[in-house]
Amino acid sequence: MAPLFFWFFSALMLGFAVAVVFNRNPVASALSLVVSFVGLAALFILLDAYFLGAIQVLVYAGAVMVLFLFIIMLLDLKAEERRKLNLGVIVGGVIVGSAFVAQLLAVIEQVPFANQPFPPLPNRLEDVQNVGHLLFSGYNLPFQVVGVLLLVATIGVVILSKRELK
Amino acid sequence: MELTLGDYLLVSGLLFAIGFAGVLLRRNIIIIFMCLEMMLNAANLSLVAFSRFRVVDGLPNYNGQMLVFFIITVAAAEVAVGLAVIVALYRLRGTTHVEDISSLKF
Repeated sequence: MAPLFFWFFSALMLGFAVAVVFNRNPVASALSLVVSFVGLAALFILLDAYFLGAIQVLVYAGAVMVLFLFIIMLLDLKAEERRKLNLGVIVGGVIVGSAFVAQLLAVIEQVPFANQPFPPLPNRLEDVQNVGHLLFSGYNLPFQVVGVLLLVATIGVVILSKRELK
Repeated sequence: MELTLGDYLLVSGLLFAIGFAGVLLRRNIIIIFMCLEMMLNAANLSLVAFSRFRVVDGLPNYNGQMLVFFIITVAAAEVAVGLAVIVALYRLRGTTHVEDISSLKF
C-alpha cells in the first residue's frame, strides 16, 4: 500500500510544482504551491515523521503561503500577465534544469544503500515525544537561538513595513 | 516492489530541479521567492528520508529531523523578512519584475 501512496503523492507534489513555474497568474502559482506542500507533508508522514508532517501543513501550507497570497493581493500583480516570454531564457532554464536532473540520476546510482528498502520500525513510534525530548535536551541552545531569530525577524519586518524609512 | 532510499532521493532531486528551473525562468520576484521555498523543501525531503533510513535502536535518527525543524523555522522568518523587502521595493519602484530593477547594472 505504501508504494502506491508514495507515487501518488510524489506525482501530486511534482505536478503542482511544475504548475507553480508555468502559471502566468501569481495567485494560481501560490495556490499550486499550497497543494505541492501538502503532498510533501504526506511524504513526511509516509516516512514516519508525523510531527514534521503536521508542522509542514501548519507552517508552510498554512502560515507562509497565506502570507504570500496576502502580499500578492496587496501588490495587485495582474500586470505581469501581459508580458511577453523571453524564449532564450526559457530554453536556458530548461537546459540547466535537465542537466541538473541528468547529473542527479548519475549521482543517485553511487549513493551507498540507495537500492535498499527502509528498515522496519517498532509498531508504536512515539514520534512527537522523541522529537520534543531531543529538542529540549540536545538541541536546547539552537532552539533558543531560533527564538531570538524569530523575534529579530518580527521587529525587522515591522520596521521595514513602516511608510517612512529614516 | 518495496520503496528504496533512492526513490525518495530522486523525488527530492526532481523537486529541487523544478524549483531551480523556476528561479531561472520566471521574472516575477514573488514567483522566484516561491521557487526558493520549493528548493528548501526538496532538501528537507532528502533529510527526512535519510533520517528514516538510518535506524538506531529501532528509532529513526532524529538529528536529521531536528535539522528539518530548524530549516522550517528559519525559512518562515526568511519569508517574512523577504516579503517585507519586496513590499518596500514595490512602494519605491512600483514593480516586482526583476528586469525593471537594474540600478546595480553597470
